[in-house]
This record gives sequence, C-alpha cells and structure tokens, in this order.
Amino acid sequence: MKGRVHSFQSLGAVDGPGLRFIVFLQGCTLRCAYCHNPDTWSPAGAEYTVDEVVEKILRCKPYFAENGGVTVSGGEPLMQWAFVSELFRRLHCEGIHTALDTAGIGDPEGARSVLLHTDLVLCDLKFSNEEDYLRYCRGNMDTVLRFLKQTENLKVPLWIRHVVVPGLTDGTEPILKIAELAARFSNLQRLELLPFRKLCVSKYQAMGLPFPLSDYGECTDAEIQELYRIIENHLPEKAESFCFPNRAYKFNS
Amino acid sequence: MSEQAWKDFNGGCWETEMNVRDFIQTNYTPYEGGGEFLASATERTNSLMKKLNHLLELEREFGGVLDVDTRTVSSVKSYRPGYLDKEREIIVGLQTDRPLRRGVNPFGGLRMTREACEAYGYKLSEEVEKEFKYRTTHNDGVFRAYTDEIRAARHCGIITGLPDAYGRGRIIGDYRRVALYGIDRLIEEKKKDKAQIGTQIMDADHIRQLEELYQQITFLGYLKEMAALYGFDISKPATNGREAVQWLYFGYLGAIKEQNGAAMSLGRVSTFLDIYFERDLKNGILTEQQVQEIFDDFVMKLRMARHLRTPEYNELFAGDPMWITESVGGMGGDGRTLVTKSSFRMLHTLYNLGSAAEPNLTVLWSNKLPESFKRFAAKVSCDTDAIQFENDDVMRPKFGDDYGIACCVSAMRLGKDMQFFGARANLAKLLLMSLNGGRDEKSARQVAPARTPYQGDILEYDKVVEGMAFYRDWLAKTYVSAMNIIHYMHDKYAYEKTQMALHDTDVHRFMAFGVAGLSVLADSLSAIKHAKVKCIRDESGLIKDFETIGEYPAYGNDDDRVDSIAQEQVKLFFEALKKHPTYRNAEHTLSILTITSNVVYGKKTGATPDGRKAGEPFAPGANPMHNREKNGALASLNSVAKLSYDICKDGISNTFSIVPQALGHTDEERHKNLVSILNGYFLQNAHHINVNVLNRETLIEAYEHPDRYPNLTIRVSGYAVNFHKLSKEQQREVISRTFHEAM
Repeated sequence: MKGRVHSFQSLGAVDGPGLRFIVFLQGCTLRCAYCHNPDTWSPAGAEYTVDEVVEKILRCKPYFAENGGVTVSGGEPLMQWAFVSELFRRLHCEGIHTALDTAGIGDPEGARSVLLHTDLVLCDLKFSNEEDYLRYCRGNMDTVLRFLKQTENLKVPLWIRHVVVPGLTDGTEPILKIAELAARFSNLQRLELLPFRKLCVSKYQAMGLPFPLSDYGECTDAEIQELYRIIENHLPEKAESFCFPNRAYKFNS
Repeated sequence: MSEQAWKDFNGGCWETEMNVRDFIQTNYTPYEGGGEFLASATERTNSLMKKLNHLLELEREFGGVLDVDTRTVSSVKSYRPGYLDKEREIIVGLQTDRPLRRGVNPFGGLRMTREACEAYGYKLSEEVEKEFKYRTTHNDGVFRAYTDEIRAARHCGIITGLPDAYGRGRIIGDYRRVALYGIDRLIEEKKKDKAQIGTQIMDADHIRQLEELYQQITFLGYLKEMAALYGFDISKPATNGREAVQWLYFGYLGAIKEQNGAAMSLGRVSTFLDIYFERDLKNGILTEQQVQEIFDDFVMKLRMARHLRTPEYNELFAGDPMWITESVGGMGGDGRTLVTKSSFRMLHTLYNLGSAAEPNLTVLWSNKLPESFKRFAAKVSCDTDAIQFENDDVMRPKFGDDYGIACCVSAMRLGKDMQFFGARANLAKLLLMSLNGGRDEKSARQVAPARTPYQGDILEYDKVVEGMAFYRDWLAKTYVSAMNIIHYMHDKYAYEKTQMALHDTDVHRFMAFGVAGLSVLADSLSAIKHAKVKCIRDESGLIKDFETIGEYPAYGNDDDRVDSIAQEQVKLFFEALKKHPTYRNAEHTLSILTITSNVVYGKKTGATPDGRKAGEPFAPGANPMHNREKNGALASLNSVAKLSYDICKDGISNTFSIVPQALGHTDEERHKNLVSILNGYFLQNAHHINVNVLNRETLIEAYEHPDRYPNLTIRVSGYAVNFHKLSKEQQREVISRTFHEAM
C-alpha cells in the first residue's frame, strides 16, 4: 500500500502531546480561507509505502518518551484513509502513540477504519455555522459534526482546534458557540485556539494564488488569552478540558 | 598536617596518593532533588556585578579591549595583586593588577604579541621587545623546522588554525589538587617522581622529563608566592569551602597568568567543592545563601579572565573565548549520580549573575541522570542559551567518571590525560585538490605532489574517491608532521609547567586532530554519486566550478545514502592519520569541530560539487549545511548521531537552534520536550549538542540594534559567545543557519 506524502517533519511539538513525528499527506477537498498548506491541496505527491514511512518514524522513536508519537496531518489525511489506517495499525504494533490531525471530512467507513487505530484525534472545528463553513471552507459542517460523533462513539480522545482570525472568527458569540459545540462531546480533552498567522503567504505567491485573507491581521497571544478567559467564564465546569497554551494547564490524557 | 583540613572526611587511598577521584567517591553526597533550595543573589553580589557590568560595557566601547599592560610579561607572579573590589570580594585574584586589563604573553610568539597590541592602539614596550630579542619563542621554533610543504598547506588553508603562533591550550590542570593537598604536598610528590626518574638511564625522554619536573616544582613554588601576595598561604590543604574555592582558583589563576592557550578549561570542580560545602553547612559555618554567594563570586572572577589576541586569531575563534569549561553532572561508575547541590549552584550563577558565555558550562548528560536535574538543565538552557550538553554515557566508558571537557568537546581524565591540540584539516578542500592534481583551486599553486588531474567532464564517484585516496595520505602525513613539530617546540619553548604540575608525572597524551567541511564533502560526494556533476574549468584547466544537475540526498536528513558517506570519510581520514607516528607517542584522536573557523575555511575554499559557491561558509562542526535539512530537526540530529564517537574520541560538535514556539506551547512543555530531545539524541550515542532556543528575528534585531541586546548569549560550535563579540560576517552566518521552526 502506498500513500502520497507532502513532507515529513521529524520534530513536531505543537500538534499533539510531547515530541511528535508529523507526516503531512497530500490532497484536500476543502479550501479554507486561512489554509496554511495550499501546497497540499493537490492529491499528487511523492509515493511512499507504509513500510518506508514506518521505517522513518522508527528512527525517531528514541525521542518520543512517554507521551510523544506520530501525528498524521495534511492535506486531509482521511482522503487516504486506507493508507493511514494501515500505517496506524503498524505503529500500534510498534507501541507508538498515533494522532490524526483532520478537518473531519470524508467517507465515514474509511474514517472508522482509521479511528480504530487512533489514540488521539485533533479535529479542526472551523466555523460555528453552515453558511460560513461553506463560504470560507467550501465544506459541509454536518459531515464534520458526524465525524466528531463518530470519535465519541468509538471513545477516541479528542482535541478540538479552532483558528482565530481577527475580524472573522474572533467574536465572543461565535467563539462561545464553538466552545459549546465542542463541550458536547464527552471524549473532548482540550479545546485549542490557534492564532491566525500569515507565514504561509509566500507559499501562495509561489503557487501564483491569491491569499484570500491577505487583508486580515494576525492574531496576538493576548487575544487568544482573552478568548480563553471568556470561554472559561462561560463554561466554568468545563474549564479543565480547555487548553490554555500560555498558562500552566492540566493535561489529563 | 591535614588533621584540621580533612576532619570529618572519609578516609581512603586519596590520603596516601594523589587521587581526587577517590576523595570524591568516598565523600560526596548525590542530590536527586530539584532547584527549590537555591538562593538568589545577595545585595553584595548584585552590587559587584553592577560594577563588573560597567567595566564590560566600557570594554565593549573600547573596541573589545579595555586596557593592556605592555610592559609586564605575564607570568604567575609578575603582577601586583589586583581586585574588583578589595573590601567586598569573597574570592580574590586577577590575571593582572587591574580588572579586565590584559597582559602580554610573548612566549607563543613575539610578532603575534606585537600585532595584538597594535590592533588595539598599543605598542609593545621596549623592555619586553628587548627581553625577547635573544629569546626563542614557540613560534620561532616551529618556523625554523617547518618544511616548504607544510608552509604551503598552511598557507592555502587545507590545514588551518594550527597553534604555531599562540599557546596550544586544551590542557586542564587538576586544580582541585591545590585545595585538597596544598602546594607543599604536591611539591613533595613531584620531588619523589623526579628522584624515581633519576634512577633510570638518561635518554632523551628522561632528560626532558627531568627538566619538566624541575620547572613544575619551581612553578608550584611560584603559585605559593602568588597566593601570598594576596595574603593567603596555600602550602597546606584548604580547611573549608571558601578556602577550597580560593585555593583551586589560585591554581587556575596561576595557569592563565603563565599560559595564553586557546582553551584554558577549568575541569570538573562543582561536585568536588560540594564536599567542602556540605561539611560547612553541616557544621553551621555557612548558610545556603553564603555558599551560593561564594559560587557567584568565583564565577564572577572567571568571567574576568582575558587574553590578548590578534584580529586574525579572532577571525578563527571569535568572541574572545577562554573556554573556561566546567563540566557539571554525569554519573559515577558505581551507578550513583555525580550531581550534587553544587551542580545546581554552578548553573544557578547564570540567573544570579545574568547569562554569559563564560565559564563554558557543560552538562554531562546521562539517561540515568536524576529527572529533576535534567529538567533543571533544560530550563537553564531554554532561559539562557548558555550551556552545552555532552553525552556522559559515551564518554564514561572511555574516560571513567572523573574526566573533564577541555575547550568544547575534548574529554580527558583529570590530572591523568593531556592533549596536543591540533586545529583541523579542510576535507572539502582535499576533494578539490584531488580533482586538480594537487593544485590549490583558489591560487592555482601546486601545493601537494603533482598528479594527473581529473579527466573528463562528468565526475564519476569511483574515480573521484580513488583520486582522493592519494591526497588524503599526503594530507595526513603533512598534518601529522606539522603537529609533531608544533608540539615538540611548544614543549621546548612554552611548556605548561603550572598545569602539568597538576597532572600525574606519567601523563597520557592525546594528539587531537580535527576535520572541517565534513558536511560539504559528504554532500559533494553524494551529488557526484546520485546526481550529475559537471566540471567547469578555467583556461589553465583548473577545475574552478561545478554544475550540479538533479537532486541528491543531503546529509542532515537521516538518509543512509549520504550519511554513510560522511561516516566513511571520517573513518578513512582517521586511518590515514594513524599511519604516522606522533610526537611523544601521543594517542591519535579526531574531532569534528570548527569553533567559528567554518567561516574562514569557507572563504579559503572554492566552489564545491554540492552547489556551495566559492567562499561561502561551511556548516560549523558536524552540522549539516543550512537549508538542506528537509525533514526537520530530529532527522538532522539523527544524521549527526551516526558519526562514530569511537573514531572521533576528541568530540563531535553539533549546534541546534530552534524557535521557542516550535518546542512547545508553554515553558513547562518546552523544558520537557528538550529533555526528550536530549535523551533521544544521546540514546543513539551522539556526543555533543549546543542548544539555542531563540527567534531568528531576535538575532536580526540584535544584528541591527546591538544596544538593545547587550548581553545576548548564543551557543556556536562548542562554546557560548556574546553575540556582539562576533564579527558582522559571523553574525550573518549564524543568522543564516538553519532554525528549526516547524509549526
């Protein structure tokens, strides 16, 4: 079995717990306005067998310690669910923690076969309503919610992540709605707010594409902290499950 | 005689023989806790530090040198006592009579001293000129014996940085002996050794040894006199913690007054001193605050150590380094950790006094170190960028559990091993010289014996490698010869009597060879093997440039196709060196370390088949070339970890820079992740790593606005340096180096 890979990042420290080897897969059907990796949209990419990828990962196993492991990201990894499923199965045989960084779209049966070998799901919840999902991501929110339900049913620990774009997604109301949506899932361990950054602009330029959010400003850490506070006040009983990246927080996995 | 000094200590063979290790093993208290007990700086410390910072600022304003005493030849007792603040200092002793005033030390070479004075607007005094007019310096001796071939090799830069005009350094006196035994006992032992050698037949080796012992004994006496100028009698052992630090420091101070060696390292003193402090704390003589204050004052003294260097020297070893390397931590042979509370105290000076490049604090990392110490060291590293890590688990089997690091990465058993330092050979240039039949690609001069240059337009791997074999052997022979001459002359004209007096008489010697440009060579050979490399010749047929068509696997991506080339080239060069006997039967060793000379090496080397342009800097040490790492930091570390420490017993240096955001969300996460990186790297038998956790933007801002970051410390190949003490060119090179910023 072969997967189409965009790239490997042997040192990931911000996509899941501990030190992680990140596999970026090629291909995504969404077109999120703030997408950081437009170079992964196309399904075409270098082909690697599961064996080859496992071999690379095993070289980094000494660094994983007790809570690190592998995160498969993209692109949308569920587009290559058969490959990811087999890769995770193999990693489990090696005793390596597996995390899936997904937007939660794709074939539910395929997703199920991946989730059976997944220790943690990092799922983006991009907007709090159907219209925005369609407008800014060309995606279907129902599919995402269905996927989240699936992770709950299979009891896979869940981190929900949400990109905060000042002037687009940073309003109190939409943020609280995201938090409420997230808090509904009993398998939720964290809600992470990710600040919008524009480091990707050069990629768009190189590809000759316009960057849809070029007029928006970057999000500061202070804004993120403020939003955490708002969420905390609104949902105090869930506060423990939310991630507060720049504070000391409880990590309960 | 030692009743008072050794009271409450457990006895052992250390009492009857010079055996500091045994003293430590029978007396130290391992510490497995965290840093909660540490005391902050006292008001006294802060006020002295303020005074020192002011002087450091002045020194910067004066272009790097505050003051030079051009009339006095630096030696153990040639200066009146000097103080930073006579009334309030706890540990005393300066190199010259005033803080940050540099002495002149022409024993290495008179011309170098003269030029160093002139570079800073001084003139070497008539007295000193006269005194050295009829005196042979180390430099004179070396150049009397150098062959034309060695001169040519040195001139074109295939061998560079040789210690032929300055002190060789990299010798660590076991300064702890001064504290534990007192000078009288040390003299007594040396006299016994001298008598013993006197019973043998007087061949050249024995005669030389007798003369050396005479000098050692004389200079031990001078040490006593030097201490007496400061009002101390160090003939007897130290009786408490403060004295132990003071005695030990006098030993070190004597060494840096007498010698201006490139690296004047301290050894491994923290845990030794801890034994005295534990005793004082138990007896209620000192409080934790006072113990820390002594450490702070001691480190302040070390931060004032200076040597006068020429601008050319600074180009090689930038930032005014002394490499006052202090090794902290590690494990004992019996499985107990050698971490003590004083290991924490030593690292804690970086908080109490602020971050600084010296002393060069080096954590000896073992996977078995207490977790709390690992976490503390990672925190210090993230907060200060001032410490380096070396793998105790690969060094301990070779050097036991009482070794120290000289300079950056050179391990040696304290008081038992010394090394003949030997800079490095340029392996990238070796490749070019092989292709050009022994001609230098820059000057077109015939440097090595002439052979038919590479024929044909496309480089073929097998043919290239075959051509290298001949020139590798030539280079190795030339290099060993140069080293033998240098160290013969150094022993003859600039012998380190103070430091060698603090060694066993029957000392083991290493001859420390080095290589530079390894990643350039590996990538060039990989390009030749896996892509297509065309030669571009000038009118005279000299290959000056290359056209590389297609992709090739680059070193730094954990790809065996190229990493194996790097491994093989190191091995081949080491084997070539070993074919040639060394001066005093020293054991051949090899390092992959450039310090900051990777910039100069690059300048002296033409374009290479990996796509590097003529004159562009090499990567430092064993680092992969910047921007060729495509798989992130761990893959890069894995490539370096493949280089064999069994072959490169003198060290393999790697510098790692990462932006804080890429190491984790919170400080706590970053410290934990750094511990995981270090564990994972060293578990694979890697040897050394410098860690910088800082933003490239910070460096750029510091480059443009030096005033905003006056104390910015960064780690470069094997040592820490104040960013502003690097030349602008070196600063640019550091900025361009790969920053791992996966996000």
